[in-house]
Amino acid sequence: MSGRLMASLSPALRAAAAALTGRAISVFARIVTAPRAIWAGIEPVPRQRVYFANHTSNGDFVLLWTVLPRALRVRTRPVAALDYWLTSPLRAFIGRDVFNAVLIDRRPESRTDDPVAQMARALDEGASLILFPEGQRNATDAVLLPFKSGLYHLARQRPGVDLVPVWISNLNSVMPKGEIIPVPLICTLTFGAPLHLAPDEAKEAFLARAEAALLALRQDPTT
Amino acid sequence: MTQPPGLIWLLTAVATILVIATLVGAALRARLSPEGDNPVIENLNARIAAWWTMVILLSLAFLAGRPGVVILFAILSFAGLREFLTLTDKAPSDHWALAASFFLILPLQYWLVGTDWYGLYAIFIPVYAFLLMPVVSALRGGTQDFLSRVAETQWALMICLYCTSHVPALLYLQIPGYEGRSVILIAWLIFTVQFSDVMQYVWGKLIGRHKIAPQVSPSKTWEGFLGGTATAIAAGTALYWITPFTPWQAAGMALVVTIMGFFGGLVMSAIKRDKGVKDWGHLIAGHGGFLDRLDSVIFAAPIFFHLTRYFWSAT
Repeated sequence: MSGRLMASLSPALRAAAAALTGRAISVFARIVTAPRAIWAGIEPVPRQRVYFANHTSNGDFVLLWTVLPRALRVRTRPVAALDYWLTSPLRAFIGRDVFNAVLIDRRPESRTDDPVAQMARALDEGASLILFPEGQRNATDAVLLPFKSGLYHLARQRPGVDLVPVWISNLNSVMPKGEIIPVPLICTLTFGAPLHLAPDEAKEAFLARAEAALLALRQDPTT
Repeated sequence: MTQPPGLIWLLTAVATILVIATLVGAALRARLSPEGDNPVIENLNARIAAWWTMVILLSLAFLAGRPGVVILFAILSFAGLREFLTLTDKAPSDHWALAASFFLILPLQYWLVGTDWYGLYAIFIPVYAFLLMPVVSALRGGTQDFLSRVAETQWALMICLYCTSHVPALLYLQIPGYEGRSVILIAWLIFTVQFSDVMQYVWGKLIGRHKIAPQVSPSKTWEGFLGGTATAIAAGTALYWITPFTPWQAAGMALVVTIMGFFGGLVMSAIKRDKGVKDWGHLIAGHGGFLDRLDSVIFAAPIFFHLTRYFWSAT
């Protein structure tokens, strides 16, 4: 798949190819991980939401996107790093066309747009978002990295939106960082009760509450 | 491919049982759970619905002949292995060994079964896979819990690949006077073992009181076990005329496979208990995972295969 081929596709063809690719990625994710969604504290209804999850693999948002019911999935956009997803034509096709990602620049020195403003704009257009507040893939032994402040700023700017914690289990065993071939293992995604910013809640207090809400979903849900 | 009449007869009988079960399930729901709020009734109906799917899939595989059956059990092995390895101890250094289990060992084992290479598929996993997989893990380093990681992975292969692959292997037995009908051996084995599971559940729910191994599985009772296996042995014996066995031989075989099936359920329950889960998976509504449904067949298949091969097969 060369970049020139991608660029030469007409918009309609490109959209069709994107839809097909999205379906194929979803089927593949299902075969490998048989993902199971547990709605513990919130129902899968079409409301505008920001899903925030732990981040151990590039497959995280694919899995979250896959387990959403179709009506919700088409309106849900992952927030992803521009410096990763625009480095090759294939990645750009998957990031932009297939998943319609909100591409943000993680490097403050080079960026031209404010990530939180980009996310707020996407919300204003009616989209729901998938966000990884750790800001990077967690390759450490820590269960969760400290959250970046983006989630807080977004919660302050758009206070009406549900912030839904989603714990993704096992995906780091399916595809440890640096491996190419996935090992098929069952992954579970636990959706918790939504959070909102309290009227006079400080940044640190809110982020600590969001981290705790996500970690609370971690215990093995199969028991 | 024309199907032997015994198979058609057995599948029709199973379909009749399922029609009756469906009607009883619907009647129970109308009487006891009109709002869908009785979990036992809802679970019963979910189980019956899943049974329909399983019987239809198995029938389609039988229709497709040998390749159909081999591919179906390869897929079941894949799903079972995925469930088993989700719960086992593992480290990043096991990644290649685990990936090889799915993408190398599994297809090879079923290819060997499909080409009837008995001398190799009977030892491929216990000799070659068991010796070479720990080498791969050791070369990548990481000695923490090495023995338990290796042992758990090997048991996953033993259960989900090796034992399971002996179901399609039955297709290739050459039994004098029984040519072209070996698919019935699979149908008879699965029917007898699964019927025993179902009847143990039914007898246990009706009169079960004395628990066999309360710490492992509170739902297994002496009444359920004896009633279930006796009923299934009677059914398996009554079906002797579709098998290569005489009535007494059929009864003996049914005794062996139903007891092995019970042991399979018991051992797999102990593993689940150890790992702190109730079910192996979630993909079969009402039943749990693939291994929850297959545990009894997995334990019965290799023994049934070898007994039949030793006493009846020409090869």
